Amino acid sequence: MTKKQHYTITVNGKQEEFLAEPRELLIYTLRERLNITGPHIGCETSHCGACTVTIDGKSVKSCTMFVAQADGKEITTIEGIGGPDALHPLQAAFKEHHGLQCGYCTPGMITRATKLLEENPNPTEEEIRFGMAGNICRCTGYQNIVKSIQAAAAEMNAAKEAAE
Amino acid sequence: MIPAAFEYHRPKDMAGVLSILAEHGDDARVVAGGHSLIPMMKLRMADVPHLIDLQDVGGLSGIEISTDSIRLGAMVTQHDLINHAGLEEAAPILREAALQIADPQVRYMGTIGGNVANGDPGNDMPGLMQCLDATFTVVGPDGERQVPAREFYEAAYVTAREDDEVLTSVHFALPKGGYAYEKQKRKIGDYATAAAAVQIIKENGTCTAASIAMTNLSDTPIFSEAAGAALIGSAVDAAALDAAVAAMTGDIDPTEDNRGPVAFKKHVSGVILRRAIERAWSRA
Repeated sequence: MTKKQHYTITVNGKQEEFLAEPRELLIYTLRERLNITGPHIGCETSHCGACTVTIDGKSVKSCTMFVAQADGKEITTIEGIGGPDALHPLQAAFKEHHGLQCGYCTPGMITRATKLLEENPNPTEEEIRFGMAGNICRCTGYQNIVKSIQAAAAEMNAAKEAAE
Repeated sequence: MIPAAFEYHRPKDMAGVLSILAEHGDDARVVAGGHSLIPMMKLRMADVPHLIDLQDVGGLSGIEISTDSIRLGAMVTQHDLINHAGLEEAAPILREAALQIADPQVRYMGTIGGNVANGDPGNDMPGLMQCLDATFTVVGPDGERQVPAREFYEAAYVTAREDDEVLTSVHFALPKGGYAYEKQKRKIGDYATAAAAVQIIKENGTCTAASIAMTNLSDTPIFSEAAGAALIGSAVDAAALDAAVAAMTGDIDPTEDNRGPVAFKKHVSGVILRRAIERAWSRA
C-alpha cells in the first residue's frame, strides 16, 4: 500500500520526475526531494502561508496538498519569481520598504502577492490586507508589507504603461 | 506531520469514483479541495486507506444560472463563487458568505460540495444552503437522489449521504429580497463563533417572508423556522427583532469550547442575528 508512485511535476519551468509515496506533502517534495527551499514550513497546519506556491494559477499552501494531487501540475515558487541578479519588483519593494525583518514569511508573502497583483493590479490598502490574509508575519506588524506591495504595484503599472 | 499511508486514485469519471467506493466501502473517501480532510489525515484523526481525488472528474465545476434557479457543481470553489459576476447579481449572499470563509489560499481550493458534504458544524455553506432551501444531489450505485439541505444534517459529520454516495451538486431557487450573511469569528480564517444567514422579503413596508439559519451553534446547522415566522407580518421593528432572536435562541444548542461558554454563544448569536436581519431588511 505504501508503494512509491511515479510523478511528474513542473517547477519553475523545469520538469521533474521522481518516485514518491502519494502521502508525501508537496512542501516536503519541493524542499527535501527537489531542494527548492524557498517555500518554508511554518505552522504546517494551513494557517501561516509560509509554504505558499502558485499551482496552475492558484495560490496554494503546499503543506495542505499531497504530491499525488500535484501530479501533472505547473508550480511556481519564489525561486521562479526572481533572484539576486534580477529581483522581481515585489522583491525589490520588500527590500526597499522594509517589508521583512526575519524574512521567514517573505517567500510565501511575495509568492502570494504576485498572484494578488495579477488579479488586482491596483489594490487598495484594505484589498491588500484582505488578499494577504492567508499569510502571517510575526515581525513587521504588516504595515511595511502593505507599503511594499503598494510600491511594487505602482512600479509594475508604470513599467506596463511605459511598455505600451 | 505525516499522514498514514493510503492508496491514491484519480478516476476520470463518476462511474470510476463509484466503483472504487463500492469496492472499498468506508475505507475510501473522496477528496475535493482537501482543506478539511487533509488536515484531519495529517493529525491522523481521519484514516483513509483509499483516497479518491475528484479533480479529473468532469462536469462538477459548472455554475448554471437560469431564470428561476441556480445549480452549482460540487467542485465549484469559494474563489469561483466570489469572482462569478452572474452569481454576484443572482445570489449575492453566496459571495458575502464565501468572502468570510478561511483565507485566499484556502478559498482557491475549498469547494461548495466539500463544504456542504463534510458535515462539520463549523462550515458556513450548510447553514446558508438551509436558509436558501437548497437541494443536494447525491449519486450512488442506485443512481441519483435529491436531499433537501434542511434534512441533510443528522449530527456532527453525520449526514444523509451514504458512504457509497458522492454529493455532485447543489441547487436552489433564485433568492429574492434582502440578504445578509453575518459571522462572528475570533480572527480572519476562523470558523464562526456564531453566524447567521438571512433572506427577507419586504412588501409595502411589511415582512412577508423570512428565512433564517444559524451556523456553529449546534452539532448541525440550524434552520430556525420560528425565527423567520416571528418577523412575518411585522415591520421588522424592535419587538419583532426581539421575538426573532428569542425564537432562534430556543432552537440552537451550543456547547462550551474554546470559542466560549454557552451563555456567551447564546449572547453572540443574538447579536449576530440582529445585525443580519437589520442588514437584510435594509437591502430588501
